[in-house]
Amino acid sequence: MTGQSNKGIFLSIDWITILLYVILIVWGWFSVCGACYDFNNPDLFAWETNSGKQIVWGGTSLVLATVLMLIEKRFYDTAAYVIYGAMMILLAVTIVIAPDTKGSHSWLPLGSSVKIQPAEFAKFAVALALGKLMDRHDYNIKNSKDIGIAIGLILLPMVLIIGQKETGSALVYFAFFLMLYREGMTGSLLFTGFACIVYFVVGMKFSEEYIPNMPVSIGEFTVLLLAMICTISMVWVYCHNTFAVKVMSATCLGSTLLAMLFSIYVIPFDVCYVMLGACVLMILYIIGMTLYTRLYKYGLIAAFAIVSCSLYYLSSSIFDHLADHQRTRIEVLLGKKDDPRGAGYNVNQAKIAIGSGGLTGKGFLNGTQTKLRYVPEQHTDFIFCTVGEEEGFIGAAGVLIVYLLFIWRLIAVSERQTDTMGRVYGYCVLCIFLFHLFINVGMVLGLTPVIGIPLPFFSYGGSSLWGFTLLLFILLRMDAERNLKQK
Amino acid sequence: MQNHLYEYRKFIIGGIALVVVLSYIARLGFLQLSDEEYKSRADNNAFLNSIIFPSRGVIYDRNGELLVYNQPAYDIMVIMREVNNLDTLEFCKTLNITKATFDERMALIKNHNKNPGYSPYTQQLFLAQISAEEFSIFQEKMFRFHGFYVRERTIRRYATDYCAHVLGDVAEVSPTDVERDDYYSPGDYIGKQGVERSYEQELRGVKGVEVLLRDARGRIQGHYKNGALDRKPVPGKNLTLSIDAKLQALGERLMEGKMGAIVAIEPKTGEILCMVSAPSYDPHRMEGKQRGAQMMEMQRDPMKPMLNRAISGTYPPGSTFKTSQGLTFLQEGIITSSTAYPCYHGFVTKGMKVGCHGHGSPLPLLPAIATSCNGYFCWGLYHMLSNRQKYTTIQDAVTTWKDYMVSMGFGYKLGIDLPGEARGMIPNADYYDRRLGRWNALGVISIAIGQGEVTLTPLQIANLCATIANRGYYVTPHIVKEVQDGHIADSLKVKHKTKVDTSYYNMVVEGMRKAVLGGTCHSANSPQYAVCGKTGTAQNRGKDHSAFMGFAPMEDPQIAVAVYVENGGFGATYGVPIGALIMEQYINGELSPSSEEKATSFQNRHIDYGTRER
Repeated sequence: MTGQSNKGIFLSIDWITILLYVILIVWGWFSVCGACYDFNNPDLFAWETNSGKQIVWGGTSLVLATVLMLIEKRFYDTAAYVIYGAMMILLAVTIVIAPDTKGSHSWLPLGSSVKIQPAEFAKFAVALALGKLMDRHDYNIKNSKDIGIAIGLILLPMVLIIGQKETGSALVYFAFFLMLYREGMTGSLLFTGFACIVYFVVGMKFSEEYIPNMPVSIGEFTVLLLAMICTISMVWVYCHNTFAVKVMSATCLGSTLLAMLFSIYVIPFDVCYVMLGACVLMILYIIGMTLYTRLYKYGLIAAFAIVSCSLYYLSSSIFDHLADHQRTRIEVLLGKKDDPRGAGYNVNQAKIAIGSGGLTGKGFLNGTQTKLRYVPEQHTDFIFCTVGEEEGFIGAAGVLIVYLLFIWRLIAVSERQTDTMGRVYGYCVLCIFLFHLFINVGMVLGLTPVIGIPLPFFSYGGSSLWGFTLLLFILLRMDAERNLKQK
Repeated sequence: MQNHLYEYRKFIIGGIALVVVLSYIARLGFLQLSDEEYKSRADNNAFLNSIIFPSRGVIYDRNGELLVYNQPAYDIMVIMREVNNLDTLEFCKTLNITKATFDERMALIKNHNKNPGYSPYTQQLFLAQISAEEFSIFQEKMFRFHGFYVRERTIRRYATDYCAHVLGDVAEVSPTDVERDDYYSPGDYIGKQGVERSYEQELRGVKGVEVLLRDARGRIQGHYKNGALDRKPVPGKNLTLSIDAKLQALGERLMEGKMGAIVAIEPKTGEILCMVSAPSYDPHRMEGKQRGAQMMEMQRDPMKPMLNRAISGTYPPGSTFKTSQGLTFLQEGIITSSTAYPCYHGFVTKGMKVGCHGHGSPLPLLPAIATSCNGYFCWGLYHMLSNRQKYTTIQDAVTTWKDYMVSMGFGYKLGIDLPGEARGMIPNADYYDRRLGRWNALGVISIAIGQGEVTLTPLQIANLCATIANRGYYVTPHIVKEVQDGHIADSLKVKHKTKVDTSYYNMVVEGMRKAVLGGTCHSANSPQYAVCGKTGTAQNRGKDHSAFMGFAPMEDPQIAVAVYVENGGFGATYGVPIGALIMEQYINGELSPSSEEKATSFQNRHIDYGTRER
């Protein structure tokens, strides 16, 4: 590498991203100070305090970032699979050698006071491997073998991390599916996943509520109606068969409407039986279409319809077989059960912390909820509480907006990559950030399940900060090289 | 390789990010901006308003002798979470409790129904109010009992063995107290009886508060804003009673083994010098944790030792009431000082007879008072009620009579600064109309001699005596002379004029003096000062009640006393000698040796009341 090209690289560094990165890290440090403030040890910079340590993690991250900026893209191109392999071995080894930390085997002790979590570092390896894989000229995401390999690369670390009993960290790898979507994976898969979640949440939450004056469960009714609408929409969007759409709409929605009227004006009865019958007819019709047209699309839609219609009944029976504490957690999340001392304690206290912040917050180091340890894991997974309590709505919304800008910037950076590897890697990175933001903030706000994953740059901890820095600066270095190749 | 085919999907992914962030901002707005509920819940979580109790005011007698004070006591507290490796046997031995008590207490603490505020991280009350001696034994071994702590509290202590009814007691507030006054929280102490109750506001002081920060486990992390919001407690005000402790002690000695009351008043000021209700009890019984059991026992006692007969007991005043009748007849012009009525062993007319003892007849007012002639006062009332020139109907006459009685402090509460005062009974025309239908003077004649429907409290009899000593007015009798850094209520300083002129009072005073010099109360006579007195022998279903009222010295009265001994027989049997001793003690400050002997003999003269419920 010549001096001139180094200069070129310096000029090509995406300083906007770096600015956002620094804003987030500094903002995060103040939040950690708030979360870890100890009345007996008010020195924020002392090594004994988490805020003091976080400065060290931040400083070393900057060093790490600088080093990463010096490593050429060629290196990753060459070593992607090696890195991936080494990481997988590390993850596997960790299961065996890591000591038990609150039930999980994911932390490797380095020396006496420092521990690292290999799972945080595996993401970049997976992202690199996916980039390398999809950069192949003959790679076709529509090819079931090719997409199978990509999914395999994603699932392997998930399995290993679940083996470490860190289910939360494993779930993060679902973020890569969003990248696959960008690369051309059919949207119907994402749609199916999303629809399943909606069915589950709506079905469970309202299964025991009834439409007034009718023996009809709102949950069951809504799920069946959604299943009909989604299936019909898919036939319309993917098969462009307007005749089939008209037939199915008339049958399903018409019979439902008639049943409703009958139930209201004549004899109240469970409309869902009629709807279920209509769904069965609809599925049989689509299967018939499959056999008639020999188009596999119809088959998939039929499968979707079957899953949609049965999900409500399946989830109910699965739900009944869950362990008590899992069932309680789900019920609390869905708002069906109030349990402020038990499963709902974390989220309840988190909500109190955020809600008590008001518009402008209680001020730096003045939060009582977080300072007095009412919120568990407040400096790691529940760090957003401190933001909400001490900086109020303005601060919390500000953090979210900076994140939005950061993610949008990363989309722009990824899109301007000149090769697939860069773009794939970039999307991997931004999807990981998006997933962390979605789950972490959502759980603090009581909207998503409590899954123990950190908020990037805010949550206390060296491993996560280094992990995210690693992810980001490899991308920035790749991005900085984009102009070189054109020369 | 560029992938332009799906480039539009960057907008979908960017849009997902936008939707996520916007919906989270909306959620934040809902949580943070919509209501204050979360804020107050956070405050409830974090702030612990720790109450600092002020010291309760102490109580002195009129000479500055300490009667009631505070003493530290110790509660044993336990933090369940910290209890480990407890040597239960050793622990029980140290606190002198049984293993069963220990298990019972521990179970009670953990019972969420009985102890709703239970948390294994905070101090819970294990044993209340152990004494300083017990505490010192416990303290030595405390280091071995992990999780056990001591909390200091004060308990009310009595420096006197007497005066229980006046002093009253303190105990934990009842739920109604808490509801009525939001100053109190469950577990606070409040005055229950006596001056402890009537001067609760002054004695209690003002609670202080420390705003503490409490962490998720209930542990205290320090003062909020370094104590800027803390408030120091204001100690309660000390009280000086008008009671003379020595006089009170003598009174209680004299009333031993009897039922009844003594009330002595300083006539000029209305200050109560002693207030004895017999049977009484030792105020020490109300100290500390034994109070509940002692209360139960006393409430079951048929002699009702808890009842303050001096203000709550209502009795027929008997002949002491005749003074008020003489005054009324004089003022109304029914009689003059020279009017004489016959008495042939009583009031005999139209087949009606009210008996009397032997004395000269006919006789005017002064000897009538001195000899306590029933006939004289019955004739007086008979003439008053039958006087149709002056009063158009008998109802008018009785109403006029009643107004005189009320002006002398009868029939209504006097307004003493103690709880539980009774009003006594003065019948009015309406009452007789309802009770008797058609009635005449003869039908109600016994009220002239303090019998029949008329009842007074011993306090009202003493007040009558004070009014005569003052020649026509009384000051509301009261028990508290002084409130530290404050003043007693104005209502306790009001001079009440009766409807009778001073000149008529002088005549009654003369009569009462005559009673001491040569009448019914001659044993009350003193060579050192001029005593005026009036006996009373009140008839009732059992043996007569013995009553006496008197004041001394005649010209500059310092003390007016009323004595009432249930079933004591003649007024002269118990009433007069006890009253005389009370006056001697107060005026001379001590009893002569012969009086002392007399006092001891009265102390040992007990009346057998049987065990019937009263």
